[in-house]
Amino acid sequence: MNFYGYKRPDGRVGVRNKVLILPASVCASDTTRIISQQVVGSVTFNNQLGCSQVAPDQQFTMDVMAGYAANPNVYGTVVVSLGCENCQMDLVVKAIQERTNKPLKQVIIQEAGGTLKAIDMAVRYAKEMVEEASLLQKEEFPMSELILGTECGGSDPTSGLAANPLIGQLSDLIVKEGGTSILSETTEFIGAEHILARRAANKEVHDRIYEIVHRYEESLRVVGEEVREGNPSPGNKAGGITSLEEKSLGCIHKGGHSPVMAVYDYAKQVEAKQGLVIMDTPGNDPSSVAGMVAGGAQVVVFSTGRGTPTGNPLVPVIKITGNKLTYANMIDNIDVDASPLIYGTKTIEELGQELLKLTQEVACGKQTKAESLGYTEMAIARVCNFV
Amino acid sequence: MVNAIIVEPQDNVVVAIEPIKKGETVTYMCAGEQKTITALEDITIYHKLAACDIKKGEPIVKYGEHIGLAARDIKQGEHVHTHNLEEHRENLEAKG
Repeated sequence: MNFYGYKRPDGRVGVRNKVLILPASVCASDTTRIISQQVVGSVTFNNQLGCSQVAPDQQFTMDVMAGYAANPNVYGTVVVSLGCENCQMDLVVKAIQERTNKPLKQVIIQEAGGTLKAIDMAVRYAKEMVEEASLLQKEEFPMSELILGTECGGSDPTSGLAANPLIGQLSDLIVKEGGTSILSETTEFIGAEHILARRAANKEVHDRIYEIVHRYEESLRVVGEEVREGNPSPGNKAGGITSLEEKSLGCIHKGGHSPVMAVYDYAKQVEAKQGLVIMDTPGNDPSSVAGMVAGGAQVVVFSTGRGTPTGNPLVPVIKITGNKLTYANMIDNIDVDASPLIYGTKTIEELGQELLKLTQEVACGKQTKAESLGYTEMAIARVCNFV
Repeated sequence: MVNAIIVEPQDNVVVAIEPIKKGETVTYMCAGEQKTITALEDITIYHKLAACDIKKGEPIVKYGEHIGLAARDIKQGEHVHTHNLEEHRENLEAKG
């Protein structure tokens, strides 16, 4: 199976063709918003971090920024920094260039002479980049070029019964096509990690699965907190999910039945054509999706039981529910109804083929509901308070 | 009419796939066989009810795995949720 996408100079293939206005810190985020509003075809996001962070948190932020610039759905990037933040321009540029050789421009607000001059400079760079990007023609590529991100949010029991198994079916089909699929959300492996570990391709991956789960629990414990304080959420519980174990056992269905080939740390670059892999991300949706997008995912499939509008600035997010009431109630936000699996009116094979076809169409340019409604929220994971 | 499902035959809870009223018959298919129990209370759609009597301290089983412990004795047909399930972190690495 093939799709039409955009070839990048670093050899990767995008399914969208955007120019990213990248804020290096919170102090540049309003400026990038203004710049992006001025340039049709550009995208940005609200980076609330990038300064006053402890080393592991700064690394998360740097990896998301570099990974976003390198994401194949991006033609090129204009980085905007204030000038005095911890995520210094030269560090950001170096991190991006370690991942990609795509077009890159820099604007430092303090050096440019304030807001208006920085905006003027960045808008001109971005306009030029969008023009160049618009000349690019799509080419045909095999589905094996796809890195699929999988996510669940606002889960209810139907997520584990229908929507996540359907995503798992798609994941297995993408793996069969020779691509990569990412299973995420470490907090939602808790209570189900032994099932994933049994599917590890080797001893190293097996041990890494336990390591990321125990590390996550420990990182909360050292600050005297417990993952169960807010997980399952009130909405999960109202829907009928009782415990974190129940949520996790439903969550891991997104990984289908393929062996787990590798475990990646948050927002690290994921290899294409690798089969099923795990990324260590939080259960918090916008930051988990951001980690996978930074890893290089061009498309995300996202299950929900309660219903959520979540999108992403760079990648199309396909929304799936197994809850027939939610599908009817939030049809403007949800792309796929997986409830026939629960009621036995369609098989997982039929629904899997339909979802694979939709994924191919979305890769070719079909807008998802989150895209057409303009949803671009995102967050970056962190372990600690500001310093 | 089937109005519940059991995920794995060894589970001791079933999931309502329609709203179920107190006293109604709950029907589900288990390993090709139709089974029925009686709901002891109203069950919201997609919530769980006990497929059999579960003693206090025994594991609650869904997806063939432990999702917690019974916080008190639970009767067949009772709603199983946060009021009578106690979360319990197991050492799964030791379990293998």
